[in-house]
This record gives sequence, structure tokens and C-alpha cells, in this order.
Amino acid sequence: MTMASETATMAPYLDRFAAIGPSLPGAASPWLAALRHDAIERFKETGFPTPRVEAWKYTDLRRMLRTEFAPAPNSPAALAAPQLDPWLLAGPRHLLVFVDGVFAPAHSAIGTLPPGVRLEPLGAVLAADPAALEQHLGRVVGLKTAATASLNTAFMGDGAVLRLDPGAMIEHPVQLLFVSTGGASTVAYPRNLVVAGEGSRATIVETYAGIEASAGWTNAVTEITVGPGAALQHFKLQQSAAESYHTGLTRVRIERDGAYTSFVMSTGARLARNEIGVVIAGDGAECHLNGAYALRGRQHADNTTVVEHIGAHCNSRQVYKGVVDERARAVFQGTVVVHPGAQGTNAHQLNRNLLLSPNARADSKPELIIHADDVKCSHGATVGDLDADAMFYLRARGINPAEARALLIEAFIGELFDDVAQPAVKARLAELLAAWLDRRPALEAAA
Amino acid sequence: MLSIRNLHVAVEGKEILCGLDLEIATGELHAIMGPNGSGKSTLAYVLAGREGYDVTAGEIVFRGKNLLELAPEERAGDGIFLAFQYPVEIPGVSTMAFLKTSVNSVRRYRDEKEIGAVEFLKLIRAKAKQLKMDEKLLQRAVNVGFSGGEKKRNEILQMALLEPRLAVLDETDSGLDIDALKIVADGVNAMRSPERSTLVITHYQRLLGYIVPDRVHVLAQGRIVADGGKELALELEEKGYAMLGLDDGEAAARETAA
Repeated sequence: MTMASETATMAPYLDRFAAIGPSLPGAASPWLAALRHDAIERFKETGFPTPRVEAWKYTDLRRMLRTEFAPAPNSPAALAAPQLDPWLLAGPRHLLVFVDGVFAPAHSAIGTLPPGVRLEPLGAVLAADPAALEQHLGRVVGLKTAATASLNTAFMGDGAVLRLDPGAMIEHPVQLLFVSTGGASTVAYPRNLVVAGEGSRATIVETYAGIEASAGWTNAVTEITVGPGAALQHFKLQQSAAESYHTGLTRVRIERDGAYTSFVMSTGARLARNEIGVVIAGDGAECHLNGAYALRGRQHADNTTVVEHIGAHCNSRQVYKGVVDERARAVFQGTVVVHPGAQGTNAHQLNRNLLLSPNARADSKPELIIHADDVKCSHGATVGDLDADAMFYLRARGINPAEARALLIEAFIGELFDDVAQPAVKARLAELLAAWLDRRPALEAAA
Repeated sequence: MLSIRNLHVAVEGKEILCGLDLEIATGELHAIMGPNGSGKSTLAYVLAGREGYDVTAGEIVFRGKNLLELAPEERAGDGIFLAFQYPVEIPGVSTMAFLKTSVNSVRRYRDEKEIGAVEFLKLIRAKAKQLKMDEKLLQRAVNVGFSGGEKKRNEILQMALLEPRLAVLDETDSGLDIDALKIVADGVNAMRSPERSTLVITHYQRLLGYIVPDRVHVLAQGRIVADGGKELALELEEKGYAMLGLDDGEAAARETAA
């Protein structure tokens, strides 16, 4: 049941789907047409989420949705290669670049892949061999998603597809770079699919960025299957342009003895939602979700996680830490569900916030839903400001307040980088934080 | 070097120092002794510029400057160093990075050339060796997991690196065993020079057996109640604060702490 104003907000998307649905990549495949059709029907049913919906209580899309977003023109705007440099990982990598949601072969460098690894743009796979994806695309995400993800499924046309055969291993990180160049009313629907076969290993780095003037909406979905005994390291660097919007859903299914590690670093966008849903389906699996955010101005960043323990003897651990300055707002919602039969579950969750200004705000909502008896679960949330004793100690040693704050913030967030094994990714995370700290406005000499 | 006149300081509305006068000439080492709660640490914090210590009257002139107008980092740059009674633990900040940032901040303030990584490493190794500090400590986060003695040595290390004009040592002897006390005292004595002044704040005479003061002052109820040479400390140790007519409460507090 949707209200009149919401129906009006939805109408342009329904009209757009009616107009371009038949020409989307792979539209001739009945299964894909059905998937898209079901998604748009679901969207019609739910409408865009409002703060009345519990999962969107703290993140209000209504201001954003005053703009009627339409897909950017279907040819990547001219972008000079050096413009991408600040977003690229140093060292060897397999790179796919998407400009306004569309694969840009000129900027990409997939390089030589090890045997058993296929890394391709989704658009190309859907055009050439859509049947190959029938068992996977949309299967992990499912239909019961928020409207943003439903829209992605309805409109998806490009993104990255990474398929790892059993035992395949990629040594170097796979970087998927999504660059926005569009104006205020453009939307891109990147859709990524990762299928990691039994015992395979890979590191994926999704980067969302934009040229400074870009102000559109990126509405991304990434779906991942971690096969039995497979191990996947997944990084998401959300550094979109200051006036842009980002909504992203990552859905993961982990099979027996699989290991999935996620790190979401969110410093960009006017409004960002990074949602991760993990189903730990098999026994003996591991899931680590880490996140860091650094916000200022009127930025709003929402990290929402849902971890469902179905398999027995699995561990999940979540640590999200952030700094919030000026009038910015951070949201962390973490839900852990332990289903009946998920005995021997260990699930831990921690969210810590540093507020640097009296107008900054952090909301933290942990939730544990436990239907098994042999489990160890914990959660914790803190909101505080910089340690006054530490500040004075540093200043008494000649360090000015701006630098003292930077040292303490770096220490607070940087702790999360310690466990990152890939040096290039670790360096990138530290750079992102350092860049954020450098941009801090000059602080008063004496508090 | 330092001239304090009629200093009144309140903390949360309560007057802690009430009319303190103190003159320290260049090159001298003074000791301030006094019972618990007499305002010794308050004086140390006011000199370093800690927030929450309200100077309601009086003045502090340091090398011709009004010290009270300066921020803590400016005071450090101008040459004030406070060795903390309770050095602060800072998780996540490596001791090495902290020390280098500190030294270069002070050098910048003094218009001196910043020190490079290699030169700094050499310098710090030499200083740490003098203080018999395990180099592994320098890799750890600031004061995190340090023993009481290691924390105090770390303070003296910082003092040696920052080469202050006025060093204020707040209860630097507390929590030290006799060996650590000697090492710390050697570190302080090595820094004594005709250009540098030192203010040692202590509860016990013990430290003054190793760091011999030029002048001793007794602080009680927020002001200096007695002055003398180094023999005053010995006399106090023998007869207790009661010899100065201080009330039993303060003298008793001292006994308990001792």
C-alpha cells in the first residue's frame, strides 16, 4: 500500500522501465525478463522506503527523491585517464572501470588472469551468453529487498562478473572502479556478481568515486557466493563526490567452511547507505565485517548489516568505527540473527563513534535475534569525543591541536587497518583517511 | 626565568592556590614540597596550561612573556616541559611517531630545522640508552603497557629530546623503585645547566637525595609557607610538616601517603 505522493515519486521509474526494459542487455532471455519484471513489481508494491520502515528509520531518502533520476546517456563521457589516478590501487591489479555505470574498456586493464578465473563486464556476458548467469544472477539477492535494490535488479545492465572455478586463486586484487561524471539528475545501477567456487581465493576492491562536479545517484548491488572452503576479501571504498548520493547493497551467501571478509570505508557522498546482508549457510564458516567512516559538513552515512547464522559452528565479527564532524550524521544498524540449529555460533559486534562537533550525530542500533541455545553473542556501541587527557598531553609536548586531533583520529580508525593483509589496499585506506584529515578546516589555536 | 606573583587558581570554583609567589632564576633547581592536597599538582598543570584551571588573580612571567596568554603547545615551544605525574596512555599512536612529531613541532616553533628520520633514530637510540630504556618500548603505543617506571623514564626521555628551558617534574619519583629512581635522577642531573631551570615537585625528601636542589619551598594551603636551602628538606623529613605549624590533618595525610 503506497500513498499518493510516493506513487508520484515512483512513476518516473515505472515509466522509464516500460520504455527501456525491452532494450536492456539480455532482455530476450525469458528468465532475465522475469527477474526484472518481478523486481519492478516488487518496487511497485513497496515504494521507496520512508523512515516509517524500521530498516530505514534513520535514513530519509525523501529529499534525494525530489530529484527525478534518469540513467546517464549510454556512452561514457570523455574522461582523461589521469583523472582516474587518485582512485587506482598501486601495484599489480586486474582493473575494470565503469563510467556512469557503463563498462569503459579504454580505461580498464584486466590483464592476465590465472586459470579458472573469468572476469568480465556484465553487459557483455548478458549480451553473449545470458544463460550462463541464470543460476546466479539475482539468486543471492532475492526479491525481498528495499526498493533501491529492486530498482537495481530491474534496470541492471552492466557491472562486473567474477567467476572463480573450484580451486582458482587470484593473487592480485581485482579492482572495480565506478566513476560518476553525471549531473544532478543521473542515476547509475552498477550490478556485480561474484561466484567463488569451492576452495577459491580472491580479493575484490570496489571503488565508488566521481569527478568533483558529479551529483547524481549511484544505486549499486553486489551479490556474492562464497563456495565451500573459499575465501573472499571484499573491500568497498565509497569516496563519491560531495554532492552525490550512494545506495549500495551487498548480499553474500557463505557455504560450508567459507570465509568472507568485508571492509567498507565510507568518506564520500552527501548521503550514503552501505548495506550488507550475509547468510552464513554452511557449517564452520567465518564472516568478518569491518567498516570505517569519516564524515563532515552535512554528510549522512548509514551502515546497515544483517548477518544470518544458519550453519552451525560459525563465527561472525563486526567492527565499525567512525569519526563525525560538523553537522554530519552516522548511522550504524547491525542485526545478527541466529536461526534454530545454528549451534556453536560466535557472533560479536562493535560500533564506536568519535564525535568532533556538538552538532555531529551518531545513531547506533544493534540487534540480536537468537533462536538457538548454544551461542555466544555480544554487541557494544560507544559514542564519545576525543580524550581530553590525551589532547592535553600531546599539546604539552608542543603538538598543535589540529595535529593532535589528527593523530588521535588516525589512531582510532587506523587500528582497523592493521588486519588488512594486502599492502596496496592497506595503503589506500590510510591515504583515504589522511586525505580526509588534511581537508579538515583549520582549528582554533587554543580550545 | 620564572616569576610567579600572587597566583590564585580555582578548579571547579574551588580555590586551590591562594596567593602563591615563586621566583626561579636561570640555572637554578628548586624543589616544592608539601602535604597532599596543598596544590602542588595544580601549580604544575597551571604552568603547562591545562584547561579547567582558572587563574583568578596574579601573574606568571616566563622569560619576559605573560605565560598565561600562551596555549600549551606554545609554552612547550617556548621551553616549558612538564613531566607528568600520571603520563597518559594513547592507544594507536606509536611512541616513535609521537616523539618525532613532538620534537619537530617544537623545532618549527623555535625556527629550527626539522629533524630527519635517520638522524632522529640515532638521537633517540642514544637518549634511550642513557636512560636504560628498552628500544622495543619505542615501537609500542605511547605509554600503553608501560610499567610505572617505564612511563617515568619515557617522560625524562621526552625532556631530553625537547631540551626545555624550564623543566617541571611532578612527583616524578612516585612509583619508582630505587634503581629506577637513580636512573631518572641521573637523567635529570645530566640536563642541569646554567641555561636551564628545574622545578621538582615532590612529596618525599627521598628524590632530593639524588637531585640536590638549590632552594626548597614548602607549599601548604595554596601558598608558599617556608623557604630554605637543601637542608630544609632534610629537616622536614625528620620533623614532619608539623614543625611549620601546619594542621594535623595535612600532616596526617602525609603520614598516610608515606
